[in-house]
Amino acid sequence: MQNTPQQSPITLRINAGLKKRYNTEKRFKRMGISAIVIAMTFLVFLFGSIISNGYTAFQQTYIQLDVSFDQTFFTGENLAAANFPGLVKKTLYSMFPDVTSRNDKKLLTQLVSSNAAFRLMGMVTKDPKLIGTTQKIWVLADDDVDMLIKGHYDRNVAESNRRINDKQLAWIDALAANGKITKKFNTQFFTSGDSREPEQAGIWGATRGSIYTLFIALALSFPIGVAAAIYLEEFAPNNGWTDLIEININNLAAVPSIIFGLLGLAIFINFWGMPRSTPLVGGLVLTLVTLPTIIIAGRAALKSVPPSIREAALGIGASKIQMVTHHVLPLAMPGMLTGTIIGMARALGETAPLLMIGMIAFIVDIPGSVTDPATVLPVQIFLWADSPERAFTEKTSAAIIMLLAFLMLMNGLAVYFRNKFERKW
Amino acid sequence: MDLTADMTNQPFPTQLFGDDAIDTAEEKAKPSSRQTVGDPFVENPRMICRDVYVYYAEKCAINNVSIDVGRNEVLAMIGPSGCGKSTFLRCLNRMNDTVGTCRVEGDIRLDDMNIYDPSVDVVPLRASVGMVFQKPNPFPKSIFDNVAYGPKIHGLVSNKTELAEIVETSLTKAGLWNEVKDRLHEPGTGLSGGQQQRLCIARAIAVSPEVILMDEPCSALDPIATAKVEELIAELREQFSIVIVTHAMQQAARVSQRTAYFHLGDLIEVGPTDRIFTNPRHQLTEDYITGRFG
Ligand SMILES: Nc1ncnc2c1ncn2[C@@H]1O[C@H](COP(=O)(O)OP(=O)(O)O)[C@@H](O)[C@H]1O
Ligand SMILES: [Mg+2]
Repeated sequence: MQNTPQQSPITLRINAGLKKRYNTEKRFKRMGISAIVIAMTFLVFLFGSIISNGYTAFQQTYIQLDVSFDQTFFTGENLAAANFPGLVKKTLYSMFPDVTSRNDKKLLTQLVSSNAAFRLMGMVTKDPKLIGTTQKIWVLADDDVDMLIKGHYDRNVAESNRRINDKQLAWIDALAANGKITKKFNTQFFTSGDSREPEQAGIWGATRGSIYTLFIALALSFPIGVAAAIYLEEFAPNNGWTDLIEININNLAAVPSIIFGLLGLAIFINFWGMPRSTPLVGGLVLTLVTLPTIIIAGRAALKSVPPSIREAALGIGASKIQMVTHHVLPLAMPGMLTGTIIGMARALGETAPLLMIGMIAFIVDIPGSVTDPATVLPVQIFLWADSPERAFTEKTSAAIIMLLAFLMLMNGLAVYFRNKFERKW
Repeated sequence: MDLTADMTNQPFPTQLFGDDAIDTAEEKAKPSSRQTVGDPFVENPRMICRDVYVYYAEKCAINNVSIDVGRNEVLAMIGPSGCGKSTFLRCLNRMNDTVGTCRVEGDIRLDDMNIYDPSVDVVPLRASVGMVFQKPNPFPKSIFDNVAYGPKIHGLVSNKTELAEIVETSLTKAGLWNEVKDRLHEPGTGLSGGQQQRLCIARAIAVSPEVILMDEPCSALDPIATAKVEELIAELREQFSIVIVTHAMQQAARVSQRTAYFHLGDLIEVGPTDRIFTNPRHQLTEDYITGRFG
């Protein structure tokens, strides 16, 4: 016996349309999933290419020298003034006695980095007892040697098209056969500033520059932005002036950042005479860049605090400022922090305005304060990407990895603080 | 209650007896009449409101309302939605100040102090005239901190023990102490709706106000929670003057001693609650309480 339940015309009508409704839903879901898949693919591709290009930069090739710190080199009072480049050369010649011609000797000395002499100087000035002894010392290899060892140079192309000629190739192979050439973790990269020599170039100068610049930008834009948002949202009278200010802030958020760089150049450097190329001016410019974002996010966060909380506070006799500081601000804080982090992440990646104020200068020294000339990570990436040497290619990718790591660290901190402040109501 | 007060001190404006007013209880005032009928004034009032007009920008939301709030009484304000009950209630502790477009005219006095006088500070005023809102709105803080907030900001206590005492007595008066004494440091927002509303009442009475304003305090609560809050209101009357806005006429009948009926910004009728519900003197009041509109 069949028992079909009675269906009203309304139910039938609804059922007829159901399939279409579910299909729309399915289609939407599929579109969403494919969008995410595409985005993830690009992300994986991006990370894959950066990491595969950059990870080799975290290792650097070193050559072992048997240096005999001969008394004859250290005759003067000042140990540091001794002829250390000569000592390096002499060591190399003694390791390859059959190299005699002037030209070959020059080619031979090109295998080690100019940094080797400084390394020896550092060792001797630190420990003068080394004089008179013979030491096995690992020194940086030249970037071309490094590229060859890392397999970035093809040995089989014609000699004239190679940066390492056949003789040098033979010497390198001889060193390798004796275990006198090896790859080690590249501490230099994390501790030194920029350099014309790729094997000596490091990211620390730019990282310090970024830290100082962001510190200035954060220290200024967060309090100013939060205060401005609170004033505009809670205290400002509702009149034409506030509307005008609001429109202008929204417009400023959309102004290309290079304009802020020009403004910084004109006002901070030319008018106020602040030092060029410094994190101080960079931070001020980035403050201008991020302020609109922070103010807009701050106002949105304040708006989202339920009015009932304000009424509760006022109703019990809290003054307006007490209402804001005791109740509204704590609830708006997570949103404000999110806005600040978005602003700071933007500031971290900002390059154009910093070019305008001279932070693109080639700076070897690690900045020690906010008034020392410095560059920042994205500018460093730009500079390296622009350099012709093959060895800078991997440095560029490594610097990008550092920048992304910096960004993730900042975002991680932000999420931590946001969760700490977040409360339910 | 002070019944020996000199009656001759009480203002009794003649405008109440206009052309449309009536002399006998049998005849109803015509629906077109906008004069307040009944007894808007009491002896020895706590609050006095005279010729109050409230405007939102150009729109008149309260039109010439004069009424007293007595001591130790519950005054209920009823009327159809949008008739201005909340607007009027919020004049009594100047909560309307927060609405930029709102303008209040007339005389509102709390114990002879004109609360709209420019010299009056709203902070102490709102401590004397507390408010409980339609939707329970505890702070997203612990139960203890919710109640302790008022005494703290007004500097009513000098040490932690006093504060704890105030919190305990306020919660006890609000009938919540036994339910929450073991979890004072849990968030107030974790309580049930009815408990939250009683927490809000405890928060309001912690600063020892003279008047408590309640704007539909039970409209978001279930019947059992409503019954508890109504019971609480009856107890609180012994210490405070209470003005309650409600859209439930049974509630007005249960908790209040006097009832005021508002209609489109006008105060139509005021009188003892039992009289208003049994023998309204204005046609509009009768129409409303018999459910003809509203
Ligand atoms: N903030 C405001 N701005 C403008 N008009 C308002 C505002 N609040 C209330 N009104 C108007 O004032 C009148 C009375 O409102 P209200 O006091 O909330 O009525 P009730 O509480 O009796 O329902 C209504 O017409 C309402 O539209
Ligand atoms: Mg209302």
